[in-house]
Amino acid sequence: MSGTAVVEKKEKVSVPFDYNKYLRPNKLPHIWCPGCGHGIVLKAMLRAIDKTGLSKDDICMVSGIGCSSRTPGYVDFNTMHTLHGRALSFATGVKFANPRLKVIVVTGDGDALAIGGNHFIHTCRRNIDMTIVVMTNATYGMTGGQYSPTSPLETVATTSRYGNIEPPFDACEMAKASGASFVARGTAYHTLELEKTLYDAIMHKGTSVVDVIDACPTYFGRANKFKSTTHLMEVVEKDGTVNVRQADKLPPEKLQGKFLRGILHKVDRPEYCEQYENLVMEKAKAK
Amino acid sequence: MAERQKKLLQGNDACVEGALYAGCRFYAGYPITPSTEIAEGMSVRLPKIGGKFIQMEDEIASIAAAIGASLAGLKSLTATSGPGLSLKQECIGYACLTEVPLVIINVMRGGPSTGYPTGPSQSDLMAAKWGAHGDHPAISLVPQSVQEILTETVRAFNLAERFRTPVMVLYDEIVGHMREPIMLPLPGELEVIDRAKVTCKPEEYFPYDDRYEIAPLAPFGAGYRFHVTGLNHKQDGFPTNDSNIIRANNERIMNKIENHKDEIWLNEATDLDDAEIAVVAIGSTARSARYAVREARAAGIKAGLLRPLTMWPFPDKAVKELANRVKAIIVPELNLGQMVHEVDRCSKKALVTGIHRVDGEPITPAQILEAIKKHK
Repeated sequence: MSGTAVVEKKEKVSVPFDYNKYLRPNKLPHIWCPGCGHGIVLKAMLRAIDKTGLSKDDICMVSGIGCSSRTPGYVDFNTMHTLHGRALSFATGVKFANPRLKVIVVTGDGDALAIGGNHFIHTCRRNIDMTIVVMTNATYGMTGGQYSPTSPLETVATTSRYGNIEPPFDACEMAKASGASFVARGTAYHTLELEKTLYDAIMHKGTSVVDVIDACPTYFGRANKFKSTTHLMEVVEKDGTVNVRQADKLPPEKLQGKFLRGILHKVDRPEYCEQYENLVMEKAKAK
Repeated sequence: MAERQKKLLQGNDACVEGALYAGCRFYAGYPITPSTEIAEGMSVRLPKIGGKFIQMEDEIASIAAAIGASLAGLKSLTATSGPGLSLKQECIGYACLTEVPLVIINVMRGGPSTGYPTGPSQSDLMAAKWGAHGDHPAISLVPQSVQEILTETVRAFNLAERFRTPVMVLYDEIVGHMREPIMLPLPGELEVIDRAKVTCKPEEYFPYDDRYEIAPLAPFGAGYRFHVTGLNHKQDGFPTNDSNIIRANNERIMNKIENHKDEIWLNEATDLDDAEIAVVAIGSTARSARYAVREARAAGIKAGLLRPLTMWPFPDKAVKELANRVKAIIVPELNLGQMVHEVDRCSKKALVTGIHRVDGEPITPAQILEAIKKHK
């Protein structure tokens, strides 16, 4: 994890980014497979966090269960690896108890949208200040490659050998419909764009959801006949998505079956902890 | 000098008083009969004193939020009843292994399933101990009156902080919904244990420090950046595959309770000194039993009552001692046989029989008296 990235684009000079500032180096190597995008997402996230200037003591990273949910173990914040699907509930408790903390939830599509679906919609509805990063790989990787709620139709997985017949969720549509005040999408392929998106999400006041398409080469890629990790990333992440700013200029047929990237929804809406303090506590004290 | 305030309260209201007295500043819950009054009370009281109340989307989210809040440093409470207890079990196991202090109130109603929501029951005694998967410690307190719900709720918070573990208060619907006059304790009158403070430097801090039987827990955000996981972990909180550490981790969370049972046990003895027939009962059933014992004494029968206020760890010592000197023990309980097996396990000599009732009605003094008379 000691690679370099170009972060100061404006000045056009390459500054090696010191990831170790935010990592727990003695907890590495990580468990992720060669070719997995989770490390790329983590690096983009650390660069984004660095830009915010937040102190490590003031960040709490919470996850559920799954491959992506191992992230908190590797980063030097207040960290919590919880139960399958429940990350957002634990995170709500942390944030509401101490609103000074910046809470970032790292979760997978199975964790956030299947077993944790109820918590996902209600966290968005409350608009409690936290950033939810959903690493969407259409796979239950930790258990060996079953189909997930974001697996496209006809996906071959260990539990859908004859092709998946369940239509997938769109995490962004669900987040928006549920009331999240910031909804965006990125991919591991577009790593610099992802860094900016994550920065905007973390700086947003309210529930921000970033769906990161981050295909699984080990299970999804092999079972669905992708030749290599790069082939998989090109098909799913590069060609399978369009930046929302370019989408207007493209004819509908070019957008067919593609996911939009970038900030898809952003509104100012009262944040939960502030509402509690400003309305509930004030009224309660006056009574 | 301040005078203690007398109040007519429902059991669930007394629970709110006890929680606030103990310093609880976070409540997360989901509505469920017959415990909802606790959530209602906390929603009114907590925001007045800077505390946090949140109604979560379900029972699982409620306990998860309470655990998160406890890690952020607030004494936290959640309350529920039968079906909600089933749903909370995975999180109870998480709090046990991660050693997060927490109090869970379970107002027992008829089960299984939706069962009989408005009827009393004592059928969650085993669920309180064995409900979560895996071996894990359990502390459960079983008050019998409105006053005692208050004091036992305070004791539950103290034990949770002292032992860094979830503690459950179990009471049946009768005690939860009955109204009795109680005395509100004055500040300082009851012992309140606060979380042990962390004093070491952040770089020297381990959340499960081997040097302690129970290490102090730093709140998130205080400069002690540490990791919490439901996986078996080392003293630094990070997961491990080392079989020696896994064994030590599992054994320590059990032993920290097992080695201190004397601090957790609380029993009340009535007329036991010369008793030949003993009744062992908890909660509302103990109130019927006390009446029956008094009637039996009036009829010349040497009967007595042992009432545990601590259900888990089970009061083995007191029951074994009793079983060595009485000829019979009667265990009335609002279930089809739970505590009776624990009493039987502790009884080498005395004959142990149960009285069981699951029709949504309380066990009457007459039922218990009849059983006592059979052993005369």
